[in-house]
Order: sequence, then structure tokens, then C-alpha cells
Amino acid sequence: MEFLSYLISGISLGSVYAIIALGYTMVYGIAKMLNFAHGDVIMVGGYISLLSMTSLGLPWWLAVILAMVVCTVLGVVIEGLAYKPLRAAPSLAVLITAIGVSYFLQNAALLLWGASPKAYTPIIAGSVKLFEGQLSISYVSMLTVFMCIVIMIALTLFTGKTRMGKAMRACSEDKSAAQLMGINVNRTISMTFAIGSALAAIAGVLLCSSYTSLMPTTGSMPGIKAFTAAVFGGIGSIPGALLGGVLLGIIESLAKAYISTQLANSIVFAVLIITLLVRPAGLLGKYVPEKV
Amino acid sequence: MKLKSRKLKKTTVIDFATYIGVVLAFIIMNTLKNQGMLTRSLTGQLIPICCYIVMAVSLNLTVGILGELSLGHAGFMSVGAFSGVVAAMSLQTVIPSEPLRLAIALVVGAIFAAIAGTLVGIPVLRLRGDYLAIVTLAFGEIIKELINCLIIGVDETGLHIVFNATGTKSVNDLGLSEAGRVLIKGAQGATGTQTIASFTAGFILIMISLVVILNLVRSRSGRAIMALRDNRIAAESVGINVTKYKLMAFVTSAALAGAAGALYGLNFSNLVATKFDFNTSILVLVFVVLGGLGNIWGSIIAATVLTILPEALRGFDDYRMLIYAIVLILVMLATNNPQMKTLFAKLIPVRRGEKVNG
Repeated sequence: MEFLSYLISGISLGSVYAIIALGYTMVYGIAKMLNFAHGDVIMVGGYISLLSMTSLGLPWWLAVILAMVVCTVLGVVIEGLAYKPLRAAPSLAVLITAIGVSYFLQNAALLLWGASPKAYTPIIAGSVKLFEGQLSISYVSMLTVFMCIVIMIALTLFTGKTRMGKAMRACSEDKSAAQLMGINVNRTISMTFAIGSALAAIAGVLLCSSYTSLMPTTGSMPGIKAFTAAVFGGIGSIPGALLGGVLLGIIESLAKAYISTQLANSIVFAVLIITLLVRPAGLLGKYVPEKV
Repeated sequence: MKLKSRKLKKTTVIDFATYIGVVLAFIIMNTLKNQGMLTRSLTGQLIPICCYIVMAVSLNLTVGILGELSLGHAGFMSVGAFSGVVAAMSLQTVIPSEPLRLAIALVVGAIFAAIAGTLVGIPVLRLRGDYLAIVTLAFGEIIKELINCLIIGVDETGLHIVFNATGTKSVNDLGLSEAGRVLIKGAQGATGTQTIASFTAGFILIMISLVVILNLVRSRSGRAIMALRDNRIAAESVGINVTKYKLMAFVTSAALAGAAGALYGLNFSNLVATKFDFNTSILVLVFVVLGGLGNIWGSIIAATVLTILPEALRGFDDYRMLIYAIVLILVMLATNNPQMKTLFAKLIPVRRGEKVNG
């Protein structure tokens, strides 16, 4: 029973990682850049939803929508101002810029909302008791898993069926060929950032609901973990992000419970390293041999 | 003199200019320091600046010369720092001379970091690009957590080490005798370290790393490493041993980072492992990228300026990190702007050719 409850909390944590990892993986797949600021967009999403619930007194669903709108705009603005001018630049330059954006968001949040952690009321309180109360599953974790599945299905349909989704896949395969076929590459990339940031907002709300606290650095560690999850599952692959996220969450939760709290992150990273040594492109990633 | 320099190769001139520049900077700063003309905050920063210069120069070997992105360089610094602190503190009674003890600590730090570098390097260097980056990041985090679990003490029988994986062990589990001292207290890090680091030692360390790296880069091995960076497949096909040369660059880089870490650790009486996290690795990477990939003196200048900058912005108080972030973004945008690039090329036409290998 104990094992089951750790497993469930792992799946729930993993679902949050998966939602964040989806944002990472989509941006990486198309723009070929590691968007280190993604974790901080999550934090912004958390703050916006918190403020709209406490200061504006909005109902939680409206707060989530507001957070999504703000994060989407933020994502597109960041992309337009900081990343778009660097399309032709070496990838390291873009990486450093993304780190700059990450610092900027963290410090802006520090100035706006202060360094002290804020209490975050979960958007849905309460839990289900099973097996005569031995196993309790909070509504938040059920909602997290549910949202993760919904987002996953929606994204798969979106990239598979719609014109924009097809354009995204084309851009991720070959940008210049896509441009020759009349696809507006810049708009496609902006759209990807918009979707990724909206997902980050949802992830922020879910993450804060399960951790119940929020501070300017809240997003950085989940951001790194989700990045790890994306690589673990095979970066650029949408089902890979889900698989990587959930597996990572389960490993972390079980390692915390049964091996060592201090070394939980190390165990997660060690599993990642071993996986990459066996499968250099991640679990579901495609291994593309270099052409000579 | 002028005639002679004309006969030298251009790269040699740059190398000597780098050495002379560092020596001059040291002489000037040391004189200013001794005359008491430096502000207190700047004096306190001299040794960290030396450490960061060595970190930047050594990371440049991995990122700029070898061409592999490493996001875990602070991990090696951490290994060096804590092994160096343990070495220096446990030899406190045996070797009374401070400079000698410092030198031993630096060597010990370098050796341990080199071992860590080899352990990380052998499996990891088979990976490429962003996968390598994420794995180095992962190793940095693992090293941080492992050191957070270490409790080390010393008494007359030798070193006592306890690995506190479950969080239940404490200093009392070391079994130290009356005369024993605790050197590293797990998550509290190294406390009560005797600060024996000196600016002169920092300068010597910079000179040693410059000699090591510049000579490596200009050697046959260095050319092999750069060939790997430029085109791995072509390099492999002319018989360059990929693993050997990659490992050579990676381990050298780790060892120098370890020495820098030891110097850093012995400059502060308290040091926690969380100091050397992902953000520190990123900080050093920023030095390298802003200084110019593969450009050694660029790294030196970037490390110095960017270490002083947040302090210099102290007047702006809460806004300083915000300004730092904006400066960082703007510099990256400006240096990668095509119009700015052509402008620079017109202003300093001679420098263009050197940037590739200098």
C-alpha cells in the first residue's frame, strides 16, 4: 500500500515533468535550441495564477486561463526580442541568451513579488480515500495526470492533423526545405513558443498546487528535471517527453522513499546517464547517423 | 625587438602578449593592493577573480578548443575545492609552511578533479552535442549531492570519512579522538577552514594554466583536438584517436578546474557544496562565450570584467542582477548582429584571421 502511494505521487510528479518537457521538446525539435528560460516561465505562470486568485479573487479556472494567456504572450515576446535576432547565430550564443532571459525573469520576479516563498492554495483541495483510508490520492494529482493525458492527446492530434502542426513537423525536419514549400518558418517557431509557454503556465499551476509554495527560483529545478526528462525520452519526440517525464517522476519518488532523500536527484541523473550510454538518442529518440 | 617579433609566428606573439598582459596586470594590482589604493570589496575579490580566470580558461579548452559543450564544470571545481581543503587542513600540523601547504592542496585538488574528469569523461565523451551537455550537467549535480553527504574529520590516526546517504549520521559517527577536528560537515560544508590562499598563488596558478593550455593547443595534440572539433569524421579518417584526444582535453580542463577550486576553497573559511551548482557552471560558460570561443585572453578579460561587474553595480542595489541579465542579452544580440559583425571587421581587419585559432 505504501509502495502504491509512492508510485502514485511519482506518476503525478512525473506528469508535471512531462508537461514541462513537452514544451522543451517542441521548442528543441523546431528551433534546435535549449530554452533554459522555460522553467522560469513556469514560475511566472504560478505567480500570475496565484495573484489572480488571491488579489483579483477570480475562480481557479479563470486564473489558469489568465496565466496561460500571460505566459503565451511572454513566450512570444521573449522569442521575438531575444531569440529571433539570433536565428543564424551559433547555438551557444542562443543558449547564453536563453540563460540571460532566465536570469532576467527570476530577478524581475524577485523585484515584483519578493524573495520569500508564498503559500499557494491548491486549485482543488481534498483527496479520495481508498482501501479503508490506507491509500489517499489527492484531487490535484488526479487532475495532473488527467491534464497530462489530455494535453498529450491534443498535441499529438495537433501536430498530426492540422496545417500548423504539419508545418511544425516540416520545420523540425528541414527548415530551408520547409521555407521553399511556402511555410512561414518564423511564424511557425513563434507558434511553437506560444504553445510551449501556455503548457508551462498549466505546469506552473499544477506544480505549485502539489508543492503549495512559490518563490522566484521555483521553476529552475523542475525546469532542469524536465529537460532531463525530455532528453531521457528522446528530445524532439512528443511521446518520448511523456514517457521520460513519467519515468523520471516515478524513479525520483521511489528513490526518495526507499533509497535516500539526499541522493534522490543523483539517482535520477545516474539513471539518465546510464540510459544515454545504452541508447544515445534517448528512449524513443531517433538515432540519426552522421552523413559523411 | 620589432625585427625579431616579425619572425615569430602570429600565434606565438599573441601567446606572449597574453603572458605579459597577465604579469603586468598582476604587478599593477599587487602594487595598488600594497599601497592600499583598492577598495575593500575589490581586494576581497582578487583571489576569486584568479579562480574564475582559471575556470574560464580551462572550460575554454573543453568548449572552445575541443568544441564540446560542458554544463558541469563547477562540479570539478567542487571536487578540487573540497579535496584541497581536506588536504590543507589535515596537513596543518605536519607542514607548517603555508605556501607549501597551499601548493600541496592545489595539486591534490587537481589530481582528484582529474580522476573525476576521467571517470566522467570515458563514458560520456562517446555522446555528442546536447546529449553530452545534459550528461555533464547531470554529473555536476551528482557531484554536488555526493559532497553534500560527506562528513570528514581528522585526528592523529588519520582521516575519518562517513558517507551520510540516509541523513541519519552526524559528526559523532566519525569516531574522532579528543584532538580530532571536523573538516567537512555534510550539508554545512567545510567550516573553520584556515584561509591560506593568496593573490600571488592565484597569479602563479593562472600562469601555470596558461602555459599548460597554450602549449597544449599549439602542440601536435592540440592540433589533433582542434581537428576533432572542426570535423570529427575527417579527423578520425586520418587516424586521430578520438577518445584519447578528447579525454586529454577534458581531463586537463578538469584538473585545472580542480586546482582553481582548491584555491577558491582555501580563500573562504566556510564553503558549502551548493556554491558549485549549475549556476556556477553557467557563470563560467558565460565568461567563455563572451570572451570568444577558443580565445584564451578573451576568457581572461571576460572573467575579470564579469566578476567585477555585479559588484560594481552594487549601487543599483536590487536591480543589479536584472541589469546584469539585460547586459548579457544585449551583448549576445550585439555580437551576433550581422551589421555589427561587418562593422567590427572593418574597424579591426587584422584580428579577423586570428580569431579562428588564437
